[in-house]
Amino acid sequence: MTTASAPSASTTQTARSRLVMAWLLVGIPLAYGVYETLLKASKLFTG
Amino acid sequence: MSRLSGVLDAERIVAEPGYSRWLIPPAALAIHLSIGQVYAFSVFKRPLQVHFGTSLTAIAWVFSIAIVMLGLSAAFLGTWVERNGPRKAMFTSACCWASGFVIGAIGIATRQLWLLYLGYGVIGGIGLGVGYISPVSTLIKWFPDRPGLATGMAIMGFGGGALIASPLAVRLMQAFDAVTAAGPGAVASGAAVMKTFLVLGIAYFALMMVGVLNVRLPPGTQVGSGNSLAKYVPLRTGVNISAANAIRTPQFWMLWVVLFCNVTAGIGILEQAAPMIQDFFRAPLSATAPGSAPTSTVSAAVAGGFVGLLSMCNMAGRFIWSSTSDLVGRKRIYILYLGLGMVLYALLASVGAHSTALFATLAGVILSFYGGGFATIPAYLKDLFGTFQVGAIHGRLLTAWSCAGVAGPLIVNAIIEGRGKPGALTAQDYQPALFVMVGILGIGFVANLFVWPVHGRYHEDISTEKAPTSAPVQFKKVAP
Repeated sequence: MTTASAPSASTTQTARSRLVMAWLLVGIPLAYGVYETLLKASKLFTG
Repeated sequence: MSRLSGVLDAERIVAEPGYSRWLIPPAALAIHLSIGQVYAFSVFKRPLQVHFGTSLTAIAWVFSIAIVMLGLSAAFLGTWVERNGPRKAMFTSACCWASGFVIGAIGIATRQLWLLYLGYGVIGGIGLGVGYISPVSTLIKWFPDRPGLATGMAIMGFGGGALIASPLAVRLMQAFDAVTAAGPGAVASGAAVMKTFLVLGIAYFALMMVGVLNVRLPPGTQVGSGNSLAKYVPLRTGVNISAANAIRTPQFWMLWVVLFCNVTAGIGILEQAAPMIQDFFRAPLSATAPGSAPTSTVSAAVAGGFVGLLSMCNMAGRFIWSSTSDLVGRKRIYILYLGLGMVLYALLASVGAHSTALFATLAGVILSFYGGGFATIPAYLKDLFGTFQVGAIHGRLLTAWSCAGVAGPLIVNAIIEGRGKPGALTAQDYQPALFVMVGILGIGFVANLFVWPVHGRYHEDISTEKAPTSAPVQFKKVAP
């Protein structure tokens, strides 16, 4: 039986950075699309 | 080539312990946000019509071919996707989707419409189908506790893809036409559309590669040497049913009817959204001065805003309602989509013309149910058939989408055309079509009531054939 060693601080940091980057890469375009659509949809309420 | 194939193989993507499962939803989103562009194809229709000097119908065929190929490839390649794992499927999807744009761009440059049909329609359509189902099964395996949340996040991306692509494509065409000195307000030139296709093809390929790189199978997944991804996470009752067996069950066909009815009713509004809101708030012919055309109080710009609002509701419903289904159960949430949907459709037909706010609210909630119906189906399938081949079963079920995509507009257009000419219709002219949609939702409502657990004779005995040799799947929760 082997004992898994605890991940080092740098490994944890790398994993966290990867997670943030992955979400930013999809989150930024999606936020752009939502913003543009809200601008368009606002005409429904402002005429 | 074999080295590339090796990197893409399922054997190479079993996650190491500690790999965050929260990397899988953005991987899935990278695929779905890209292929969701297909719903923004309409921004190219007028420029392409002028460029090719043909009818709008001839250009609309590009979109129709892509959607038909989506359904066909999801149905026929679902088992291949299950067998080869999500990375190879996502890579295949990215190659098809990007080359669809490139071949389409060549077709535009050489004025060969058939190349646009072949590229964006056929090859791109295969990318759509494979890409749509590629992350579903993997997400359910990573999130056995919240399958609705997981698939809702991904399928929300398909709705969100159009929100990104529509303004982006318009801006790209404007930028390319500025170079070729096109006047403001002019229809984009063929050269601008061609360059936009190339940029989108490259950009989507790059974004999809992020998904390809990040996707993993859960730790403990045993990948067989033959045709099996052998460690499956059974559902609570331990049910696992193959795709071949699933389509023999009445439950599959009940869900097919549920999805078909939900999509048909939603498309009834989506397809007609802009003219519909203008017609609803048009003065009746009897109240119009003789010789003058009846006018609407809703301008074209406001109608465009209404379309944007529906897109938002469609996208939000995919995430919100699918996540809610984890808490209230799949059957109950479809009772809500279809039952309350019937009530809302009836209200839209009867009192929707009272105010634009009421009309927009009712239509928005209906469209959120439309999106929710799409996003919750994979989790419903997982509940009934287990995770064994849920991606392949989902692919087969998506034929209901293809059929609804044809039936919905056909039904609505046939009824509305029988009521009068475009530009002179009023709210009363839409009532028959809307009440037909109430009836269609009613059929789906009844079908959902007949969904019950699958009989034991359809269950797969995977414990003897594909017994896991590695440790059981364990999910390490890592906060994002």
